[in-house]
Amino acid sequence: MQNVIDTANHIVAYAAKAARVQVIAAYPITPQTSIVERIAELVESGELNAEYIRVESEHSAMSACMGAAAGGVRTFTATSSHGLVLMHEALHWASGSRLPIVMPVVNRALGPGWNIWADFTDSMSQRDTGWIQFYCAENQEVFDTIIQVYKLCENERVLLPAMVCLEGFILSHTYMPVEIPDQEKIDDFLPPYKPKWFLDVNKPISHANIVSPEWYMEFRYMIQEAMENAKQLIPEIDKEYGKYFGFEHGGLIDKYKCEDADLILLTMGTIGSEAKIAVDNLRKEGLKVGTARVRVFRPFPREEIRKLAENAQMFAVIDRGISFGMEGFLAEETKASLSNQKDQPLIAGFIAGLGGRDVTFKTIEKIAKKSSEWMRAGKVGKETVWVDLRK
Amino acid sequence: MEIFSEWKFTAKGIAEKPDLFMSGHRACAGCAAATVLRLVMKAVRGPAIVTSATGCMEVVSTIYPYTAWDIPWIHTAFENVAANASGIETAIKVLKKKGKIKQEEQIDVIAFAGDGGTFDIGIQALSGAVERGHDFLYVLYDNEAYMNTGIQRSGGTPHGAATTTSPAGTVIPGKLEYKKPIADIMVAHDMPYVATASPYYWQDLITKARKGIEVNGPAFLHVIAPCPRGWRYDTSKSIEISRLAVETCIFPLWEAINGKYQLSAPSEAIALSPQRKNSVREYLQMQGRFRHLFTPKFEKVIDEIQRITDERWQRLLKKCGIT
Repeated sequence: MQNVIDTANHIVAYAAKAARVQVIAAYPITPQTSIVERIAELVESGELNAEYIRVESEHSAMSACMGAAAGGVRTFTATSSHGLVLMHEALHWASGSRLPIVMPVVNRALGPGWNIWADFTDSMSQRDTGWIQFYCAENQEVFDTIIQVYKLCENERVLLPAMVCLEGFILSHTYMPVEIPDQEKIDDFLPPYKPKWFLDVNKPISHANIVSPEWYMEFRYMIQEAMENAKQLIPEIDKEYGKYFGFEHGGLIDKYKCEDADLILLTMGTIGSEAKIAVDNLRKEGLKVGTARVRVFRPFPREEIRKLAENAQMFAVIDRGISFGMEGFLAEETKASLSNQKDQPLIAGFIAGLGGRDVTFKTIEKIAKKSSEWMRAGKVGKETVWVDLRK
Repeated sequence: MEIFSEWKFTAKGIAEKPDLFMSGHRACAGCAAATVLRLVMKAVRGPAIVTSATGCMEVVSTIYPYTAWDIPWIHTAFENVAANASGIETAIKVLKKKGKIKQEEQIDVIAFAGDGGTFDIGIQALSGAVERGHDFLYVLYDNEAYMNTGIQRSGGTPHGAATTTSPAGTVIPGKLEYKKPIADIMVAHDMPYVATASPYYWQDLITKARKGIEVNGPAFLHVIAPCPRGWRYDTSKSIEISRLAVETCIFPLWEAINGKYQLSAPSEAIALSPQRKNSVREYLQMQGRFRHLFTPKFEKVIDEIQRITDERWQRLLKKCGIT
């Protein structure tokens, strides 16, 4: 085991090395750049024995990854923001082709206004591409999730690609202590990739054919089934990882003091870490509050959300992103998860921290206090609140 | 530069070699592109992997649950076939390094794309893959419009041709712009091997495909592929039109090895005896897509096509050192 203090971006590079990725195809974009730079150094020095394709765009990055993954090797890329949305078409191809590509996404706002800071709209707007999506709260989780996710994606019951999302600058450029387990142990946890199918010259197959209406639905159903399988496997893999290395991250949802909570703050990413501080402070004031950080957005943990709703009176959902014309992404999914359920809690949505605006525990305490007012009144004052919006 | 190993073209060898692009595909009657694919696949050394851009040949060859390919084949979108080939070639490199594939085993990586996937939407990925120097053969089957979606103009459509998005009307005589010199653009990448070919000269085509495969690094093969549906001619005329394209110097045959241009035999013969060069009229009048040019109103467009053809031919001769 090795203790390091480093940025999440460098930790991503070390995780790629630890996962023994074989082909990397990537294109630089702020704030992802220090991932691809560090990987280049690792490949250059021979520490990472992999081929690195320096492609000319993110679309080609994903296309080259698909070629490599279909060729039968463990494949890696990383991107952010505009790079991710440029890839959009290829994202559908990767999931439809059932290729277990892993891609950290350093979450960054989309322009215009031109903004390089944290915002979930880039990856959230890719939620229907058939990719598994994890969101991390700290650097250790970034490392652990990348290792976990290769195991998940390469599982024959899944065979889907996955994004490991981390907020730009808040994580990507922030130094935190991380324990990197021994390589031997990682190799034991994550054995070499054995593809179920690949472009095998001894066993030729045609892949990504024309599929008529007679067959198309069945292929789509298999992707949905794979997502449901992933939902089952994620907590198991997280637990197994915990047994190996001592770190668990809550499976699908990282819950904190939710058991007896009347009010639950639903969060994602680093806002989840701040929310824990807010919860501790508010509990001292006598508020029965907890927080649940949704770690996996696709497949969405519908059942876990329902379970959380059983004892809670209210959910305050904090979104670092907005689906224009509706509301925050997590708020939408939470409400959808609870439809057809008896005794639903009240749900209020809060849009906060767009384009990298700070969301501190103080902001979250304000959100919780407003929510608990509404909870006592038995009525949500506003469906969606834009937190600290300038007038 | 010596590209050839021990391979020698023989008609018998080619005839006896099993087809890797097989019958059963659903290309239109008279489709030259299907012939091009069949001929190119005759040139592989042994095991091969094909990646196809979205387009006619992708659509006709792999209608689930069938396939016309007897090799591993993959399709990943329209504009990215060269990037996809980069990934496949790199995976092979990794598997060799790991000993999963024997070091001496050759696996030929071939990318097929039409003119839309090459001149237009795919040029970025192609340019990038060539700059990076991946070892693969890129074959452009050029039917000079988006035929798969029903004859829309592309950067490869010639001046004066009518397509559904450049229709010949009473005011505009078909496509106003000129065909992009894509093969020259590829030569300008300083890549090791670029060639043009025509299915009429099938021996030349197979030989060039083989050179492109054998060369170490990227190779680009631009093949004219007449399309009876889009060019509006009888399905029996594809090969004849493929010949005329060369004889009129509308589509001269040449190769550029490490940037050095050289005319191929059929075009060289014309260069040496210019009287053998046919007028473009002969080529144009066979095709319904140029029908409107044979009216008093648009007749001067034929002169313009002749002018541009001659100008490009002269430029090519100069590049080949023939003056």
